[in-house]
Amino acid sequence: MEDLLIRIEKRNDVPTTLYFFTPFIAIILTIIGGGIIFYALGFNPAEALKFYFITPISNLYGFSELLLKATPLCLIAIGLSFCFKSNNWNIGAEGQLTFGAIVGGGVALLFYNQEGFYILPLIIIAGAIGGMIFALIPAILKTYFNTNEILVSLMLVYVSKLILDYLVVGPWSNPEGFNFPETRQFSDSSRMPLLFDGLRVHAGIFIALAAVLVSWFVLYKTYLGFQIKVSGLSLKTAKYAGFKGKAMILIVFMISGACAGLAGVGEITGPIGQLHRMISPDYGFTAIIVAFLGRLNPFGIIFASLVVSLTYLGAETAQIFLQIPQYTGQVFQGMILFFLLASDYLLFFKIKILNLKKNELGH
Amino acid sequence: MYKNFLRYLISAIFLITFSISAKADFKVGFVYIGPTGDHGWTYQHDEGRKAVEAAGIKTTYVESVKYGADAERVIRQLAQSGHDLIFTTSFGYMDATNKVAKDFPNVKFEHATGYKREHSNVSTYSARFYQGRTILGHIAGKLTKTNTIGYIASFPIPEVIRGINAMTLAAQKVNPNIKTKIVWVFSWYDPGKEAEAAQALIDQGADIIMQHTDSTAPVQTAEKAGIWSFGQASDMQRFAPKSILTSIIDDWAPYYVERAIAARDGTWSQQDTWHGLKEGMVAMSPYNKGMGADLVKEAKQLQKDLASGKIHSFTGPIYDQKGNILVAEGKVADDGMLLGMNVYVKGVEGDIPK
Repeated sequence: MEDLLIRIEKRNDVPTTLYFFTPFIAIILTIIGGGIIFYALGFNPAEALKFYFITPISNLYGFSELLLKATPLCLIAIGLSFCFKSNNWNIGAEGQLTFGAIVGGGVALLFYNQEGFYILPLIIIAGAIGGMIFALIPAILKTYFNTNEILVSLMLVYVSKLILDYLVVGPWSNPEGFNFPETRQFSDSSRMPLLFDGLRVHAGIFIALAAVLVSWFVLYKTYLGFQIKVSGLSLKTAKYAGFKGKAMILIVFMISGACAGLAGVGEITGPIGQLHRMISPDYGFTAIIVAFLGRLNPFGIIFASLVVSLTYLGAETAQIFLQIPQYTGQVFQGMILFFLLASDYLLFFKIKILNLKKNELGH
Repeated sequence: MYKNFLRYLISAIFLITFSISAKADFKVGFVYIGPTGDHGWTYQHDEGRKAVEAAGIKTTYVESVKYGADAERVIRQLAQSGHDLIFTTSFGYMDATNKVAKDFPNVKFEHATGYKREHSNVSTYSARFYQGRTILGHIAGKLTKTNTIGYIASFPIPEVIRGINAMTLAAQKVNPNIKTKIVWVFSWYDPGKEAEAAQALIDQGADIIMQHTDSTAPVQTAEKAGIWSFGQASDMQRFAPKSILTSIIDDWAPYYVERAIAARDGTWSQQDTWHGLKEGMVAMSPYNKGMGADLVKEAKQLQKDLASGKIHSFTGPIYDQKGNILVAEGKVADDGMLLGMNVYVKGVEGDIPK
């Protein structure tokens, strides 16, 4: 008689190329998995996948929409990469986005019907500061009171949404808006300039690209970046090396919050143009997938944000042309994350199946 | 060189897709705020869409489209992909609808419950749901033992306040001691919050629950608590068979079919529609016999009189909460006043959230 014993061992030599290649494997597996789901639902998988991944970006407008959606995702994910790289689990980017939008939107309303080149920059800075302040709450609680940053940052998402609700229903609601829960439309001086006539992609994309470059520089070329990476690999090593852990935690949360706040400001001064209750379709949460799919690497995140935005757009197109439920978009995002985690697991660990005789197990 | 190449590539792709999507059939698109399975607001719009389909016209829908940046893209995509008439069925799509309408002058747009018609290809439509509320108020006033009616409200917009007032006025007519308690959930569809709100109202002594939200959670909560309730938007009877007295039904089907055929035949023109019991856009589901045969008879008579115009939901004298007169004795409120209604009538408890 034989018994099987499964043992999981850590691999010591994981090639870097393979590490950056697994996200592609995850995407390919997601596409295959998606095809199977479409087939099971009774659709032609090839046709459905075409509507999902090709049709949305087959014209200029669609391409602009892809960039428009990728902009906030990329920005937030860049910020999150600082936190995640250093073992700080900021799950509340959605709340930091919302609070950034609130502060930025407040400035926009303050300058309602006024002209001035300085207004938009002020709004953008206000938004970044708003996100930063909101991210500092879990950071300070973590460093000085030992709270769990996952819980605190997540719960603060609901707090920020309730604050937004209160403002758009009450003090900030449009006086001519029949009590509908929304503010006035911002003046033109408070809107992001559009890059092309008739397309919605706006100047916020340059903020996202700047964030990519700056984060690459900080992470790979500065002492702070080195500290962040070492803390991520081993907190003990970081301590022995004498890094000041508390300051670093505060800094990564501030960077992360500022990025999320900028993303929020980009949305309200870009395509939305006002504050209302639904300024973000959970970009803050989706950006977590983007950050990991991009391997927490600034350039990887650009690529990942485009892929994930495509799942949003594809879900809409597939519904318009084939009446496939729009929720498949979320299924796709879930599959990407699942396959990524699964291939990571197989990358870092090997599974050994041992054949052992029963008596050798010692009973 | 590279820039030019990119430009050619983009325009080539653009041209190819444009020729592929060149339209053949007349098609109607629908944009929904909730899932078609909400059994309330969106469900009824989808029933209307099915009626258009049954009339031999092709339709498409997109469900759960969020307000904000997504709405404009979805509406634009529908316009771009050869839809000739597009119904956007929630208030929050108002600005997006008008924006897209500007860029697609040959496509017709119909926006539900809004007031902006910035271009000649945008119509608006809504229903006089408040007429149904008058019937609910009459029934509730007769049946309540605690003299407390619980009302789950979504947003403090004129449409919702109008419903609260219409119901309260009708209830007061048959029971002067009536009090209306309101819980605002600030959502159109949030089963969890709606159920909590219903429970909170029951705990405060309400023995009749009604809602201006879209899920079936409130009536199910009422059923569990063994008290009366009213359904909203569609016939919710099967979700709370004992509890539901009647439901206000939004029947969009005749309007959708009429407008779709008009657009197809080229007779469509801009209009602002506000139909009620008379035209059938508002209807009542079968009355629960549990309320007693006499009350069923009264409700049916009231329904007839509201439809014929013999009775108006807002007939003076009407007072606000402080006792100031809003509508003088013998007068009725005009549509302008109804559309901008932003004060509670006497008998409603609390303040409108500001």
